[in-house]
Amino acid sequence: MLGLLPVGFLDSAPVQHALVIGGFAAVVAALVGVPTLLRGQAFVTDALAHVSSAGGALAPLIGINALGGFVLMSLAAALGLEAAPPRQRAERDLQTGAVFGAGLGVAALFLYLDVTLPGGSGNAVGVLFGSVFLLGASDILPAALAGGAALALLALYLRPMLLASLDPDLAAVQGVRLRRVGLAHLAALTLAIGLAAMTVGAVLSTALLVAPAAAALVLTDRPARALMLAAGLGLAGMWGGILMAWQSYVWTAGHAWPASFCIVAVLIGLNLAATLGRGLWRLGRRGAA
Amino acid sequence: MTGAPDAALALRVEDLSVSVGGRRVLAQVSFTLAPGELCGLIGANGSGNTTLLRSLLGFVAPSGGTIRLGGDGARRLGYLPQKVSVDPFMPLRARDVVALGLDGHRLGLPLPSRQRRARVDAALAAVSAEAFADRRIGTLSGGQQQRVFIAHALVRRPQLLLLDEPLASLDPSSATEIATLLRRISRDTGIAVLMSAHEINTLVPVMDRVIYLAGGRAAAGPVAEVIRSDVLSRLYGHHIDVLDVHGRILVVPAPGAGHDHTHVTRVP
Repeated sequence: MLGLLPVGFLDSAPVQHALVIGGFAAVVAALVGVPTLLRGQAFVTDALAHVSSAGGALAPLIGINALGGFVLMSLAAALGLEAAPPRQRAERDLQTGAVFGAGLGVAALFLYLDVTLPGGSGNAVGVLFGSVFLLGASDILPAALAGGAALALLALYLRPMLLASLDPDLAAVQGVRLRRVGLAHLAALTLAIGLAAMTVGAVLSTALLVAPAAAALVLTDRPARALMLAAGLGLAGMWGGILMAWQSYVWTAGHAWPASFCIVAVLIGLNLAATLGRGLWRLGRRGAA
Repeated sequence: MTGAPDAALALRVEDLSVSVGGRRVLAQVSFTLAPGELCGLIGANGSGNTTLLRSLLGFVAPSGGTIRLGGDGARRLGYLPQKVSVDPFMPLRARDVVALGLDGHRLGLPLPSRQRRARVDAALAAVSAEAFADRRIGTLSGGQQQRVFIAHALVRRPQLLLLDEPLASLDPSSATEIATLLRRISRDTGIAVLMSAHEINTLVPVMDRVIYLAGGRAAAGPVAEVIRSDVLSRLYGHHIDVLDVHGRILVVPAPGAGHDHTHVTRVP
């Protein structure tokens, strides 16, 4: 199997770091994505992800790891949303939109400073759209800590999250503290967004959270399987994308395509295949019956 | 508001008053419920059915009166909301929904255990849901989902089961099936059942007691003692006729009474 990989692929240090950190980030994002979709928070995810770009731009200016910047800013936006819990779904969309807009305004400033101030990264495109091959050994520990915390929160609150997304009143009758579950979810979500933003950038991080989880929910009707499938699809998208980016160097005679484009392309391809496969399988079963 | 346990009764409500948004919805409602009894909570839309159930659940704080749960004093309530709108992509089979009723409030990942599975199976069997136990909840019919959510409420062995309009969205034969099922469950397990309904006739064959709500006030007791012209006339404050038409009860206001509660009844 490994013999099929292009020569030198696994020997390259940037590829090794990208595979390890990117793979872990993709798994965490996909797992957190499942309860996120069940809670109907795809839009919230997108807003927090975009706002996190402000943190990614700020991080080099204040001398912290980019991951810390992404997480801090999306956490600030999440707390802004949580400060006034909405009573209705429409109201939540309104608040999310407001936080989205305000956060992007801040992002415009920080990205400008990041590019123009000495000490800035000068790499606004990297903040927004990622550069997985620029990850290094110093990123492993922060990624492991953030991912570990997100997975711990998810494991701890998985059942109350499922029950609350089935029906909040049913959860409340069983003594579930809905506010606490919501906060635990938002914390896991911001950590996952930070990890995903670190690899594919703030703007594309939503794809790592939403696409694998959405495919998994179509494919299976069991919670444990949905989580495993989402993780597998996320990992396949990340690793397949990294390999595609490596190979694109050959295909394009030295220009190469951005890794984030390749990762998202493979993810969306897997998503389409899952949806199509499911449809064909259903048709086949109906035909047989 | 939950006071000391009252061993002989499943529920004792005394002088319960509830205001919602400054409007008094319930005024001095009193009734009791014994273990194994099935009680219908009848009233037109807006007469306080849901508010009464939500105050029993602890979601709404009463402005006066007491609610005492019987048994061992533990607050074990089963609840079926008026409408659980299940996302078709919710990755839960019927048996996963019931398992969440058992331990969905617990933290940490569930460990598969034989005892857990046996309790889920028993709850599914109690509502005759074995045939669709492994199907995705969002793909089941309304009546099937209703059974699964009743199993979800039963699996923790509650002392009191509260159901908000469980028959409202069902066709007549499914409604009769669910009503009969609830009757059997309360008799067999000793669980007290309180279920709200717009319409009294489906419940007449199965209920031991009735609480009739009108204008925030309640008349409670056995059907024969409550659904009477004199009792309901006192409750509504004007003349009400109770007619028996071939075994179906019609509650009819006197002409010109101006109240629109005739829809409480339905001519078959």
